[in-house]
Amino acid sequence: MARYLLKKLGSIVVSLFIIITITFILMKIAPGGPFTSERKTSPAIEKQMMEAYGLNDPIHKQYIDYLIKAAKFDFGPSFKYDGQEVTDIIKRSLPYSLILGAEAILIALAFGVLLGVIAAIRHNKFADYTAMVIAVLGISVPSFIMATILQYIFAIKLQALPIARFESFAHTILPAIALATTPLAFIARLMRSSMLEVMSADYIKTAKSKGLSERVVTYRHALRNAMLPVVSYLGPLVVSVLTGSFVIEKIFGIPGLGNEFVVSVTNRDYTVIMGTTVFFSVLLLVSILVVDLIYGLIDPRIKVTSKEAGK
Amino acid sequence: MSQVQLRDSDFESIQIDQKETEKISGQSTSYWKDAWRRFRKNKLALAGVIIIILLAFMALFGESISGQNYRDNDLMNANKPPSSEHWFGTDNLGRDIFARTWYGAKISLFIGLMASLIDLVIGVIWGAVAGFFGGKIDEYMMRIADVLYSVPYLLVVILLMVIMPQGLWTLIIAMTITGWINMARIVRGQVMQLRSEEYVMAAKSLGASNARLLFKHLVPNTMGPIIVTLTLTIPSAIFTEAFLSYLGLGVPAPKASWGTMSSDALASFQYYPYQLFFPAFFICLTMLAFNIVGDGLRDALDPKERK
Amino acid sequence: MKKILEVNDLSISFDTYNAEVKAVRGVTFHLNEKETLAIVGESGSGKSVTAQSIMQLIPMPPGKFVGGSIIFNGEDLTQKSEKQMENIRGKEISMIFQDPMTSLNPTMTIGKQIAESLIKHQNMSKKAAHQRGVELLKLVGIPNPDVRINQYPHQYSGGMRQRAMIAIALACNPKILIADEPTTALDVTIQAQILDLMRDLQQKTGTAIIMITHDLGVVANIAHRVAVMYGGKVVETGTVDEIFYNPRHPYTWGLLGSMPKLDQNKDEELQAIPGSPPDLANPPKGCPFVARCPYAMKVCKDHMPEYTKLSDTQKTACWLLDERAPKVDIPETAVVGGTKVHDSF
Repeated sequence: MARYLLKKLGSIVVSLFIIITITFILMKIAPGGPFTSERKTSPAIEKQMMEAYGLNDPIHKQYIDYLIKAAKFDFGPSFKYDGQEVTDIIKRSLPYSLILGAEAILIALAFGVLLGVIAAIRHNKFADYTAMVIAVLGISVPSFIMATILQYIFAIKLQALPIARFESFAHTILPAIALATTPLAFIARLMRSSMLEVMSADYIKTAKSKGLSERVVTYRHALRNAMLPVVSYLGPLVVSVLTGSFVIEKIFGIPGLGNEFVVSVTNRDYTVIMGTTVFFSVLLLVSILVVDLIYGLIDPRIKVTSKEAGK
Repeated sequence: MSQVQLRDSDFESIQIDQKETEKISGQSTSYWKDAWRRFRKNKLALAGVIIIILLAFMALFGESISGQNYRDNDLMNANKPPSSEHWFGTDNLGRDIFARTWYGAKISLFIGLMASLIDLVIGVIWGAVAGFFGGKIDEYMMRIADVLYSVPYLLVVILLMVIMPQGLWTLIIAMTITGWINMARIVRGQVMQLRSEEYVMAAKSLGASNARLLFKHLVPNTMGPIIVTLTLTIPSAIFTEAFLSYLGLGVPAPKASWGTMSSDALASFQYYPYQLFFPAFFICLTMLAFNIVGDGLRDALDPKERK
Repeated sequence: MKKILEVNDLSISFDTYNAEVKAVRGVTFHLNEKETLAIVGESGSGKSVTAQSIMQLIPMPPGKFVGGSIIFNGEDLTQKSEKQMENIRGKEISMIFQDPMTSLNPTMTIGKQIAESLIKHQNMSKKAAHQRGVELLKLVGIPNPDVRINQYPHQYSGGMRQRAMIAIALACNPKILIADEPTTALDVTIQAQILDLMRDLQQKTGTAIIMITHDLGVVANIAHRVAVMYGGKVVETGTVDEIFYNPRHPYTWGLLGSMPKLDQNKDEELQAIPGSPPDLANPPKGCPFVARCPYAMKVCKDHMPEYTKLSDTQKTACWLLDERAPKVDIPETAVVGGTKVHDSF
């Protein structure tokens, strides 16, 4: 098990290295220097600033410096906000995104699984069709359109919930639902087809032939096995919530990390772009590792293979 | 013994033609015919096809139907609700939203189709080569795909949009640079699976050449998943275009797409909700139509999956 | 001998994509206490559907109960509610399936899977059920049962999984055990072990067994009586000796002829039955075997033969047994070698 973990951690480090290198290259070939935008700086001052940020060093030195600093989680200062470190920006904005993301993931999982199970149990009946219509609508309505629909109905027309900002739990409800819509619909479809497949498995027949009630068969035997594909979907789920947060945080005016990323993109604030990109990658790779571990807990067959792989 | 009256002659032996009994009862139809028959029964998917045809028609010809055009400013008539003159109303510069909607449809559908087709070409070639040759070639090709895949798609696209000049083709290139991986994986998986299947082994042992195998057996059998993936890539490309427009990374003015139109309408949607409604509605409708057609195709082309 | 189960004129259909498949068409047989009845037939003959309908395990829809009755303990199982059936399944009648690789829940320990029915039917505590589970594993011949009980199915070999399945099935001392091709998916050596185990356990517990199989070797090894099924109907039934030594239905002859024999000459070919089974979406009006029968007569095409009683135990549905039909001898290929099939009982 320890070996398995070590191997996984190794591959995470390699992936990170590649991602940092690629973002570094991309930012270097980006058109226009960081100081060429609105403010007209004199050549002398620009030269001075280039010096201060180490941008006059040979490219390989800049690269190695960046690697070393990135390993220490230091992405340098923001080009656009004087005196702000990229790390500070991440620290400041991350809590908002974490709360929002966690809420969205919970909503997507809970309701997605529920909808999928109901659809599978009532297969080819009204509830099934209803659930699947909801699911296909959920997939077809992009999160940012969903966000405006929710704002329009609940904030403007009904005045039931705040339209934007992030001050209380009530403020998080609409953005979390908007963020959860698409993955929720995916999970519902995944869960339904997985549940249908499991329900026709031989061991379900065995369980029924033991005289167990429909309910026990469904929840004790089928559900756990049918959950496995959903667990594998947790990785893409995190990705979906993370990238979704770019627009959702913008629409709802939430000062989260996704919003910072978008602002840095429109400002061409390269250090922030690079820093947040690397941070997002770490977040994703770690969450994929966590998903692997959860999978091993649920499916006893996995442990053996990982042990064998470790031999 | 029996209620029926039987004559002695009934007990004469008869010869049963063995060939007759070997005949397969029930209609045997070809894969594509069978798939079409199943697809036709799916009313929802047929509705999707009709919606797509209508949308395509309107994208081609709808722009000038109402006698307006998409780029004329008329500040006197800005922010007017739908009327007999401006069917979908006007935007903040007084431009006709009906004409802009169908002009935007052209751009949005073009981006969606183009990105999906490029994904298709790269993905099929990459996946087929990797799957067909296997071994080291496959390992390296798929390792490259895996690394590209480990970075979230939208993040990559945004980063690329940052370093490239804004434009229609920039969008398409950014979307396809890692977008093909999904198709490549599916094609590779299919080819790998088919390669190990018995009828391909049988064909091989009968001396079929590689090229013949590829085109006679593998290509037709991988067509199903490829078509389904293609159909489902189009809505996701349309989504990505709209997503990027929302972030201000869409096609630059005066070009307009559904994404840029909704993004522009966002700021004032509390006052002029119809400006957002039309482009947003058509984004959803298009994605919905392609999604249900894709689902219908999957059900029709893969009888094993049929529930 | 007392009858423990009677199936009368049972008919089951399935609604499929383009037609109604009449999988079981008026099947009648019975099971005596403490005996093993083999239901033999090729795939699609309706034997598995018959077995599963005794347990009321046919999913409806697409399955459809058309008619007939299944009498167990004087009660008709086809009329029972789902709740009532729950108290019969696993307790009075239990079942084991063909593929031990897929019939155990992969995410639950063997111990828990055995304990479930004990807790449900015998109100045992978890601890007592665990204890009984160890005993059962020991009974079915699994070494180190106290370790094995906490393992998952993937840690068992195929043969051991089938043993575990038997332990689960026998946990509550059922009166009837239905085994649906329990050895088909196993290696030949393991097959023999499992059959031996079942015979042993039957002697110990007195459970009556319905053995569904297409393998006459299995029949010879374990069965007392045989019902031969073809095209959704029972075409011949009798004791195992009657079926092997005095078969009267051309299909039974075909089955026996296609079985390899030890004393067979090497260059002598196995007799295959030409043709394929009838399409049950559109079953023939007369005898289902007519299209493949070398002795077919005009009458066979349009009229289903009634059963002819050949002894107290043997019944055959074939027009050849009608006095007006030409006399046909049992063909050479269907004659089973000189020794008795088995002498274990």
